[in-house]
Amino acid sequence: MKPIKNRAPELEGLSRFADTLEKQNLLLKRDETTTLQINLGLLCDLACRHCHLSAGPHRTEIMDWPTMQQVIAYAERVHFKTIDITGGAPELVPDLPELIRALAPLTQRLMLRTNLTALYQPDKSHLLELFREHRVILIASFPSTNSGQLEAQRGTGVMDSSLEMLKQLNRLGYGIEGSGLELHLVANPSGAFMPAEQEQAERKFKQDLARKWGLSFNQLYLFANAPLGRFLGWLSQSGNLHDYMEKLVGGFNPCTVDGLMCRSLVSIAWDGILYDCDFNLAADLPLNGKRTHVSELKGLPEKEQAIVVGEHCYACTAGSGFT
Amino acid sequence: MSDYYESEDLKNFSDIGKDAPELAEKFFNYYGSVFAEGELTAREKALIGLAVSHTVQCPYCIEAYTKSCLEKGSNLAEMTEAVHVVNAIRGGASLVHGIQMRKLAEKVSL
Repeated sequence: MKPIKNRAPELEGLSRFADTLEKQNLLLKRDETTTLQINLGLLCDLACRHCHLSAGPHRTEIMDWPTMQQVIAYAERVHFKTIDITGGAPELVPDLPELIRALAPLTQRLMLRTNLTALYQPDKSHLLELFREHRVILIASFPSTNSGQLEAQRGTGVMDSSLEMLKQLNRLGYGIEGSGLELHLVANPSGAFMPAEQEQAERKFKQDLARKWGLSFNQLYLFANAPLGRFLGWLSQSGNLHDYMEKLVGGFNPCTVDGLMCRSLVSIAWDGILYDCDFNLAADLPLNGKRTHVSELKGLPEKEQAIVVGEHCYACTAGSGFT
Repeated sequence: MSDYYESEDLKNFSDIGKDAPELAEKFFNYYGSVFAEGELTAREKALIGLAVSHTVQCPYCIEAYTKSCLEKGSNLAEMTEAVHVVNAIRGGASLVHGIQMRKLAEKVSL
């Protein structure tokens, strides 16, 4: 499904994502939906320069308790193998503990994305025990083992607080082999370039974190930055937009399309509106091209339903892809 | 001629095969094999490539291997250290010739 949106002039001469799919006889359609992603809002203690949602401390959009209850009711109506809580910084949303208690019994894998610094705040220490009690899988942002690069992306002082938080999580058992408490790291490139090869980068991150700080984690996931939100603004202002998009378009790998996360995921925004993924949420491209509230959805989104696409989709199909 | 060393030229590197395709093919195949993962990782090879690029002072190579290093997971501290290795060896190579200078000077001096 092609959205009607104006394209940035820097994208002139580059094939539209929808046309690229068509040229390669590829259809991007929904498979069985197994993951429910819940975006609790744009409020965040950081204002990362690569953020596709332009989240930050001055944003006020967060999910309220009545909407959370509708999300919980949906997760009770329909079984999801995985529930993935994201933001902003979910830790800053007041009703997060209640949401976790309600969702944990409803799924095999309850995941929460953390930027580490929001969890590091003294008044959030109760969340650690809650996460451990409910075996919440933590997905922590940690873009580089180099302080300069990490802080260029996330802000001054973030390296130290991230390392301190990782230390606390390791002490609790998170990221320690055999504990059953999973701690995964996510790294986005700190600029307009593609991510490293996953296996090799994971080896290096594990070596660096163990050698420099005695820290451990389970797996590293590397994702290309999506040209949306604050990152898109930076690409445009810094004169990197054309070259970055050219790289993403040139790196289009048809083999990634089958395994794209949007085929098996439905994303709910803080206001209850449904999207194919968090990037479409940022781009304001709702599920099936119309604004549907979670309370209106009786079952899973229909199989074979077309996924709404935009130029940012190239970030998920370049190289080994975003699955 | 005012267009030496234009960044866009790098994209046309394969044009070098236009009048000597067999040689170009052999070169590019060899080049690809050299930089593939082997006993050294692709990341380590890119760092060596970055260092050599500075040694031969090729702006195309510096651009290509700066990007390659970042995309293979090296950070700026590692890349800067690699350039210092170049500098140390280049500086050392000059300095060690000072021994030759001293030997010659001492031979003809009282």
